Amino acid sequence: MKNLSTRYFGKAWLAATFLFLYMPLVFMVVFSFNSTRQDAEFTGFSLRWYEALTRDTKIVDGFWLSVQVATASGVASAVLATFAAFVLVRYRRFSGRTLFSGMVNAPLVMPEVVIGLSLLLLMVGIQNAFGWPQRGMLTIVLGHTLLGMAYGMVVVQSRLLEMDRAIEEAAMDLGAKPYQVFFLITMPNIMQAIFAAYLLAFTLSFDDVVIAEFLSGPGVNTLPQVIFGYARRGINPTIYAAATLLIASVTLVVIGYSVWVARQTRKREREMAAAVRAEMVALQPH
Amino acid sequence: MALTFAMPGKRFVIGVPYTWLVVFFMLPFLILAYISFVDMGNDISPFKPIWDSETGLLHLKYENYYTIFQSGEGGLFQTLYIEAYLRSLWYALCTAVLCLLIGYPFSYFIARSAPSVRPALLMMVMLPFWTSFLLRVYAWKGILADQGVVNQMLMALGLTAEPIQMLYTDVSMLVGMTYVYLPFMVLPLYANLVKMDFRLLEAAYDLGASPFKAFWLVTVPLSKAGIIAGFMLVFIPCVGEFVIPSLLGGPENIMIGRVVWDEMFTSNNWPRASALAVVMIGLIVVPLAVYYHFSGDAAEPRA
Repeated sequence: MKNLSTRYFGKAWLAATFLFLYMPLVFMVVFSFNSTRQDAEFTGFSLRWYEALTRDTKIVDGFWLSVQVATASGVASAVLATFAAFVLVRYRRFSGRTLFSGMVNAPLVMPEVVIGLSLLLLMVGIQNAFGWPQRGMLTIVLGHTLLGMAYGMVVVQSRLLEMDRAIEEAAMDLGAKPYQVFFLITMPNIMQAIFAAYLLAFTLSFDDVVIAEFLSGPGVNTLPQVIFGYARRGINPTIYAAATLLIASVTLVVIGYSVWVARQTRKREREMAAAVRAEMVALQPH
Repeated sequence: MALTFAMPGKRFVIGVPYTWLVVFFMLPFLILAYISFVDMGNDISPFKPIWDSETGLLHLKYENYYTIFQSGEGGLFQTLYIEAYLRSLWYALCTAVLCLLIGYPFSYFIARSAPSVRPALLMMVMLPFWTSFLLRVYAWKGILADQGVVNQMLMALGLTAEPIQMLYTDVSMLVGMTYVYLPFMVLPLYANLVKMDFRLLEAAYDLGASPFKAFWLVTVPLSKAGIIAGFMLVFIPCVGEFVIPSLLGGPENIMIGRVVWDEMFTSNNWPRASALAVVMIGLIVVPLAVYYHFSGDAAEPRA
């Protein structure tokens, strides 16, 4: 029942929506190469905003701080997400399970403003009691880890749920201790998901401005905080240049990652096929 | 089971994430709730202790909540805070509806496209989502400005002689929010629609239903779960949105997230900021509870 007009309409709708989704990205890429400080008319090609970007110490410092914060909270999130997912999938019964699963999932729906405010109150309380830590990089990492763990847990959990438990049981039957089972069998099997959780937490952290605004101290500004400050003041093509570099690198990472996943899947399929063939050969009567 | 060997191990594996969540998630909320019930402090400390050490009395203050709902001169529910809450809910509702109107046909056509192109189309939905949210919102500021690309196009086409003010109005707010949250609507809808058996539609056609009637009576009811999930995924984060009103909204478009921020850092009124945040949690929890009530039976099998 596909007539021509609905097919036409479908294509047009897809195209229009993709146009909507990509317009801001195209806009920033185009005007990052503009020769004047305006974003209404393209007056000529220049690289001056990229040059300005390298000289902007606030952006450069913010970038390095964000890389450190995102790396640290990405690793912490991936580790904690693996713990939490393992607990939720494997330990069906323990006291406080309902509270636990509620606490893991809650950051997904809590407004960032509420998370930021309540963590700030905690940090102030801890600092008043112990004189440490000062608000700064560490407190931002802790805040981002709370968020990253919740999102990462969803990723690792779905992988753990679909994993074949028979190989773990086989390892246990062969005398492996629980921690050996985890590190030698379970972890290699879910490594792709743990890495995806790390990437997701890294991106969330690298992108977050609200929690960082609440938890950072004087003189500590992540890249989103610097950009947020500039953005509220008006047109600044330096930001477009930063955006263009970011868009380029994210595109490369995402494409690289999907190629890697596709290749891994194919490799595994090939190995499986080879193993099956070898077995068939071995079983053949001579 | 073999895992019963590992009792100390099990305790450790549960203990690590549990402790972390209690310290960094539950404790902060208890502190938030606590501060929402105390008085503002003097110059040195931002809030007073709830326990008066001199008289030994407990000072539970409801004023922070009271001022949210009733102001001195205005009547009940006539405060700036209530206005900000209602505005936040209204923007969240409009955004969710707009996302549904754009996202439903979009997801439907992706789900009905050839299986070989679907992963690429989905990747194209996700790609902007992975680049900075802040930067994408900022770009709209330039696009929607009075001298921006959209106004220039409208004027070139002769649709308007004067630039239309779109930035810092409801238009820029809703464009920005719909733009940011559209993928949250598309992904659950797609996941739902792609599993649909399109032979059911053909059966409806064979039985004489018009395309519209078949869509309305077959496709829509079958995708109800995806619609509800997408609606919640857009609505809930929208209520607490902070960045979009800061960049694309004017003084008229202040949402509750911004009000909490201003109470905290401009007025330095920690107890009121906390009370506002507690009420905000309530606003989020109610629709969530309704959602789980209707979808909970199927969503998570009881352990």
